[in-house]
Amino acid sequence: MGTQYKTVMMKPSDNVAIALMDLPQGTVVPVACEGHVQEVQLVQDIRFGHKFAVKPIAKGAEILKYGEIIGRASSEIGMGEHVHVHNLEGIRGRGDKVESRVQ
Amino acid sequence: MSLEYSNQLLGYRRPDGKVGVRNHVLILPTITCATQAAKQITELVQGTVSFIHQHGCAQVGEDYDQTFRTYVGMGLNPNVYGVVVLGLGCETHQARSVAGEIAKSGKPVEVVSIQDNGGTLMTIAQGAKVAAKMVQDASAQRREPFDFSELIVGTECGGSDACSGLSANPAVGVVSDLVVEAGGTAILAETTELIGAEHLLAKRAVNDQVAKRVYEVIDQMENRAILMGVDIRTGNPSPGNIEGGLSSLEEKSLGASNKSGTTPLHELINYAEPPTQKGLVWMDTPGHDIEQLTGMVAGGAQVVLFTSGRGTPTGSPIAPVIKISTNTAMFENMGDNMDLNAGTIIEGKETIGEVGHRIFEEIREVSSGKMTKSEILKQHDFGIWRIGPTF
Repeated sequence: MGTQYKTVMMKPSDNVAIALMDLPQGTVVPVACEGHVQEVQLVQDIRFGHKFAVKPIAKGAEILKYGEIIGRASSEIGMGEHVHVHNLEGIRGRGDKVESRVQ
Repeated sequence: MSLEYSNQLLGYRRPDGKVGVRNHVLILPTITCATQAAKQITELVQGTVSFIHQHGCAQVGEDYDQTFRTYVGMGLNPNVYGVVVLGLGCETHQARSVAGEIAKSGKPVEVVSIQDNGGTLMTIAQGAKVAAKMVQDASAQRREPFDFSELIVGTECGGSDACSGLSANPAVGVVSDLVVEAGGTAILAETTELIGAEHLLAKRAVNDQVAKRVYEVIDQMENRAILMGVDIRTGNPSPGNIEGGLSSLEEKSLGASNKSGTTPLHELINYAEPPTQKGLVWMDTPGHDIEQLTGMVAGGAQVVLFTSGRGTPTGSPIAPVIKISTNTAMFENMGDNMDLNAGTIIEGKETIGEVGHRIFEEIREVSSGKMTKSEILKQHDFGIWRIGPTF
């Protein structure tokens, strides 16, 4: 009974999972990957293809998908929060950060 | 049915021994000033193709070389039966020089120049005359059997979404492995969209020299953004990628690199250069869809696999492009443009391996004559990766 909420988590070391359908705020969704199983209550609506945190992520911490680094948290991210350009910054190709890197 | 038989394709054998999957007569303008006359010739003569561009003059150094190599490569691609090279007369990229390089392959080549022929109308008439003869000769040629070892398959993703790394790109990775197993060549490209995944590919390099080149081309590409003082994310991932759920270039790259499958990386080649090895090769191109596509086709790819999550009409004037949707909603929405659907993986209806085999079958069909959507819609895209200023 009820809706089957579909998500995918690529590697057990990841701290984000992906919505495989539009997921409404407040829902508790299952997340599973290679034996790792948990439930996450969504703090916001998560659209198809978008990411949500499966554990709290500290500001400045690396964000992992495919077991690899996809960026860094630009603010505190709570479990179940939408993870996207507003709170994830890329690390590579950052010409805008060159001055601070040189100093 | 034996494996040999099932691996068989039907194509056009060229004088240099290579095999084309199409039999085009290419009207090749080496200078922007000749593109309109070239287009007129394609209106007059059935069986000819051409493309519009803005290059071919006031270019120097490596940038000159890259544009020159791209023109020559388009003419040399085995999908082209013969070439009418169209020039103005006073440009840096001389039609005669481009024609001379293409003629070394033994295929029919003619040169027509606007200044030598007394203007546009006489040029169109002369170009159409030599093209018409070439088309008739081409039409007398028959397809003959060849196998995957003679095929170069380009792989590309454009208009990616978060499904790209879950469905269509891993499925293309399966195809890349199948092509390599069958003795053929698979091209991985779009260096920009491998930034953040280079360590995974360097590990697969056949030797230290190839691994070193992987880091070199990645550094060069990343440094272009750094020298401009900008966050590369302002241009890549694109607004459509971000709308689709991709948050950073690294995330996009890790999904894009799936197209390379699992086989060793044999060499790293420059833009529009032909591979010298069979197996998986990496061509150094930007992520820009059309510039990448043009580089791979000029490098000799007879067929291109193109995955998309947002949807795109992209095609080449001379190579069939098989477009694969990462999700079912887009496949249904853009049926005019997309050839295959890998969204079934997301829905749990097919496995990555099953979709990979379906794409591999489609390569066989398309290489033997089945037309792709972008060919039917005459989507003749062309764009050169410029690496220097115009003077």
